[in-house]
Amino acid sequence: MEYLIGIQGPDFVLVAADNVAASSIIQMKHDYDKMFKLSEKILMLCVGEAGDTVQFAEYIQKNVQLYKMRNGYELSPAAAANFTRKNLAEYLRSRTPYHVNLLLAGYDDTDGPGLYYMDYLSSLAKAPFAAHGYGAFLTLSILDRHYRPDLTREEAVDLLKKCIEELNKRFILNLPSFTVRLIDKEGIHDLEKLTSGAK
Amino acid sequence: MALEDVCGFEETLLHRKWFPASYLEDSATSYRTTDSYNSGLRQEKSVGNNGTPLHFLMPALPYSTTFNRRRSFPVPPANHSVTVRRPFPLSHGTTTLGFIFQGGVIAAADTRASAGGLVACPAVHKITPIHSHLVVTSSGSGADCMLWERILAREIRLYQLRHRRRLSIRGAAKLLSFMLHPFKGTEVCVALTLCGWDKEAGNTDCVQRSEDSFSQDATAIAHSASPHRGPKLIYVCSDGARLQGDVFSVGSGSPYAYGVLDRELRWTLSKDEAVSLAREAVFRATHRDAYSGNNVDLFLITAKGWSQRKREDLKEEYYRDMERRAKRVEERKRLTEIDASR
Repeated sequence: MEYLIGIQGPDFVLVAADNVAASSIIQMKHDYDKMFKLSEKILMLCVGEAGDTVQFAEYIQKNVQLYKMRNGYELSPAAAANFTRKNLAEYLRSRTPYHVNLLLAGYDDTDGPGLYYMDYLSSLAKAPFAAHGYGAFLTLSILDRHYRPDLTREEAVDLLKKCIEELNKRFILNLPSFTVRLIDKEGIHDLEKLTSGAK
Repeated sequence: MALEDVCGFEETLLHRKWFPASYLEDSATSYRTTDSYNSGLRQEKSVGNNGTPLHFLMPALPYSTTFNRRRSFPVPPANHSVTVRRPFPLSHGTTTLGFIFQGGVIAAADTRASAGGLVACPAVHKITPIHSHLVVTSSGSGADCMLWERILAREIRLYQLRHRRRLSIRGAAKLLSFMLHPFKGTEVCVALTLCGWDKEAGNTDCVQRSEDSFSQDATAIAHSASPHRGPKLIYVCSDGARLQGDVFSVGSGSPYAYGVLDRELRWTLSKDEAVSLAREAVFRATHRDAYSGNNVDLFLITAKGWSQRKREDLKEEYYRDMERRAKRVEERKRLTEIDASR
């Protein structure tokens, strides 16, 4: 139902998420933002069960901020990803597991850009491109075919547009618009929202 | 409830005698309301109660021991809940809606409480004022909604007493959402829409602005990009969803209501148009949905506070609508006859 996608380039990460907040068959909101800013250069995209997403994401967000306040420097994306994974794993075998699927994207000043895929069973994988949701079945092969590690920003946005075109063509659910953001050494930039045009 | 907390009654021996259930051990599910950050006047309550997240007095029913069993069971799957067997099937039949327009926030709801196929009560109040500028529409289980509205009212009032300013609508929604979170996976079913007007800027402590500034400032309030002051509409649900928006409809009749609202809702509606749109949406939903009906309640919240319209019986509206249709058919027949005879 929900869709997340991330594409890593040589010095940036491009991420996009759909904007629908649904409750059974009804779209309750069509401008809902599923990205949570963990720090100046780390974004977490979170989908899954209704309350769990916001609760878990805000918990991680506040903890990352707390780390910065206590220690004076920010967590790197790799550290934040592992911290998130550890929390998810701890809750997994408790009475209240969080059913959330995440993409964590960030830019580290020493290591460069990073994209981390995490699912509700708290498996963590660093990947050059990743997607969550039913839409992933349709778009991962497009990413496999056209991805190159040296994509420019325009090429990455084109690749993203190709994926969204495919969704609009073959996915039975209507996902009218997508929030797109780009992270590079300057921070997080909002790009133009991608809409399906036919409204 | 509020007085009890503020006076520290819960620490006294008398309270322990009256409510012995609240002091049984279960630290894993212990839950603190906002009381716990009182400055050192009372000890940290490290124990919860009985396995239930709030201080409920447990009745001595044959099935109530199931709550205790939760502790020693090997982990059941999170969404599997042990409950008391219900005397009759509950149903979540209702139509409630709320939307923001240039003149404030409209909240409307039907008044039928259904239990399975039975109309348990035809004249329920589904819209409850919490304070002068906040009104809550409820759907889901009636008992749960009533309780959680009261809990919300209590916590908002306590906040106001402690911090000498009123909690913003977004803050109230977040508070409610966090209070409902421990009950996720249980059979608590509450879907509230908070419709209100923020008089103060959300984050700053100061601010006594004149009320004129926001009645003229339509452009600033135009979109749901949430400026701090002005009309607010937030949907909070026991699943944990918390959504701020411009229009929400909740309940079994909500798809029908959306059908009417989505076509005609605009920011620039006048007050009368908005009221009649809300009435129409609820009417159409109650017509099609078996679990909604009887009357319609309508509230309008503006910078000056909430005001309630007289409750209207939709049966009358139905007959009026039938008459209007019959008249239109007559008109059209007459006109085509005139055309044909030319």
